[in-house]
Amino acid sequence: MERPERAGAALGAQPRANGCSSAAHGALRNGYVRGLSAPDTQINHIVHNGGLYKRPFNEAFEETPMLVAVLTYVGYGVLTLFGYLRDFMRQWKIEKCQNATEREEQKDFVPLYQDFENFYNRNLYMRIRDSWNRPICSVPGAKVDMMERVSHDYNWTFTYTGRVIKDIINMGSYNYLGFAQKAGTCQEAAAKVLSHYGAGVCSTRQEMGNLDKHEELEKLVARFLGVESAMAYGMGFATNSMNIPALVGKGCLILSDELNHASLVLGARLSGATIRIFKHNNMQSLEKLLKDAIVHGQPRTRRPWKKILILVEGIYSMEGSIVRLPEVIALKKKYKSYLYLDEAHSIGALGPSGRGVVEYFGLNPKDVDVMMGTFTKSFGAAGGYIGGKKELIDYLRTYSHSAVYATSLSPPVVEQIITSMKCIMGEDGTTVGKARVQQLAENTRYFRRRLKEMGFIIYGNEDSPVVPLMLYMPAKIGAFGREMLKRNIGVVVVGFPATPIIESRARFCLSAAHTKEMLDTALKEINEVGDLLQLKYSRHRLVPLLDRPFDETTYEETED
Amino acid sequence: MDIKSMKNYLFWLYCQFELITCSYLMEPWEKLLFYTFNLTMLVMVLYTAYVFVPPHLSMAFQFFLHLFGNQHENTVSIVK
Repeated sequence: MERPERAGAALGAQPRANGCSSAAHGALRNGYVRGLSAPDTQINHIVHNGGLYKRPFNEAFEETPMLVAVLTYVGYGVLTLFGYLRDFMRQWKIEKCQNATEREEQKDFVPLYQDFENFYNRNLYMRIRDSWNRPICSVPGAKVDMMERVSHDYNWTFTYTGRVIKDIINMGSYNYLGFAQKAGTCQEAAAKVLSHYGAGVCSTRQEMGNLDKHEELEKLVARFLGVESAMAYGMGFATNSMNIPALVGKGCLILSDELNHASLVLGARLSGATIRIFKHNNMQSLEKLLKDAIVHGQPRTRRPWKKILILVEGIYSMEGSIVRLPEVIALKKKYKSYLYLDEAHSIGALGPSGRGVVEYFGLNPKDVDVMMGTFTKSFGAAGGYIGGKKELIDYLRTYSHSAVYATSLSPPVVEQIITSMKCIMGEDGTTVGKARVQQLAENTRYFRRRLKEMGFIIYGNEDSPVVPLMLYMPAKIGAFGREMLKRNIGVVVVGFPATPIIESRARFCLSAAHTKEMLDTALKEINEVGDLLQLKYSRHRLVPLLDRPFDETTYEETED
Repeated sequence: MDIKSMKNYLFWLYCQFELITCSYLMEPWEKLLFYTFNLTMLVMVLYTAYVFVPPHLSMAFQFFLHLFGNQHENTVSIVK
């Protein structure tokens, strides 16, 4: 199937070694070149990587336009000045102070709220706070109900009007395969298990909390992933932060990607190992760090490292990029280190049968030493798992903090995971699972292509169901969230500190439960809001191809 | 209809200004303060330009005329 980027590559860009950006003609840095058809993508041509990639790897991070960056800083500058003014007024009691402050007796102690994070919180975040923590009151499927709330004192307090906004198109939930449902086989099975086992487990895995349901789940997960053995935990964040300390310790080296999730960072820091960061998805940077580690050893004593662990994620949820797994595995084998792959967003969402990023690249699951993932996103449940060799999992059963101290998974949740996983694998006798995986892939390609054609800057890989749309300016963060809610579409907008300060974005999470009509409605509204707020920053206009995955009757070109 | 579309366009321009300078997020008294400050500075700059730019321009013009005036005579004589 042709994609516009490949057509562009055939026309203009030459194949480059991976990791380099194929800036055509070298003149695309900050210059304003309109109408250039070759997009700013990195295309890993198969020849250059010795046949590591069996399919094209299309990832693009368009540069911030210079004018937009300058105006963003202007906006932040104005808000900072007003922040200082408001802080001054609060200090001199001209204005009532509504945020947390120290008590009178503690005024002479080390100040608690003077750092930048708290300044940002009081003066910038509070102004746009109504786009976050919105209370929903139905199952977060393709459409969701939300409770309406208003604020009379500029977002310091909220009151509910009592009205419920119904049928908001949900573009923010991690519901990749659409298993967040309140009716269907998963729900019935979970209800039956609830009436049999109850809701609480009241113990840890090592004591009395090891149910037969957990054993069944772990065997199923191991079979699903293609590994020898697996273990399931109650919370996805805790799976990372509690198990990395059990695997590595002092004297070990952790090589972690720049944009890793907070749970991986916390787990790495808690372990006490030395941490070195490599540039996001940049294999030259990783190889350099590996070479330095092997050649120089530990910092003072020059002894060899006990273990070298590479921490990467399958899909990075803020960028929408996919890890270059074939190259990471090749490097891992060459330098004899270990790989920890966090497939929180990619399990169920990538690969022809939903088995994650390893299947997407056509690799052997036994090459990845520790395969971690969560059940929160594609399976509609909660919790996390770790899969790998039998010795590793048996070790973790004894030494992981999560196994010893944390309560195990609740039985209805386990049943939801079991039913949904069997559905994806096709073992329940239907083809519903396979249809959902394919629907998600089609939705992803369609949505991304339409947004790029409209002229927005979209980050990330062509196949990732996480779609970040760049907003940049702080006022547009709040405006985008509010305008989309007015048009009955729920989106998640992200700003500092989850992203760099000028690169704020709106992040869409596509789902197999979204029908094409819902996506068309959403795209129409995004187009409108994009024109209203002037968000179409992209300087590359893609030429729409004539062959499309869906039939032409429902897609009207004249609307654009 | 042209007036209406012109008014819509001006309103849209004002919205863009509000979004870029983040006055969209400010409370009404902050907006008042911000706009007053900006308008005052703008008026002062325009007044300064109005008062000082014409004399400066004419002085510069005379200076360059004097400079090129002498040279022009010289070049004319060389060409001849």
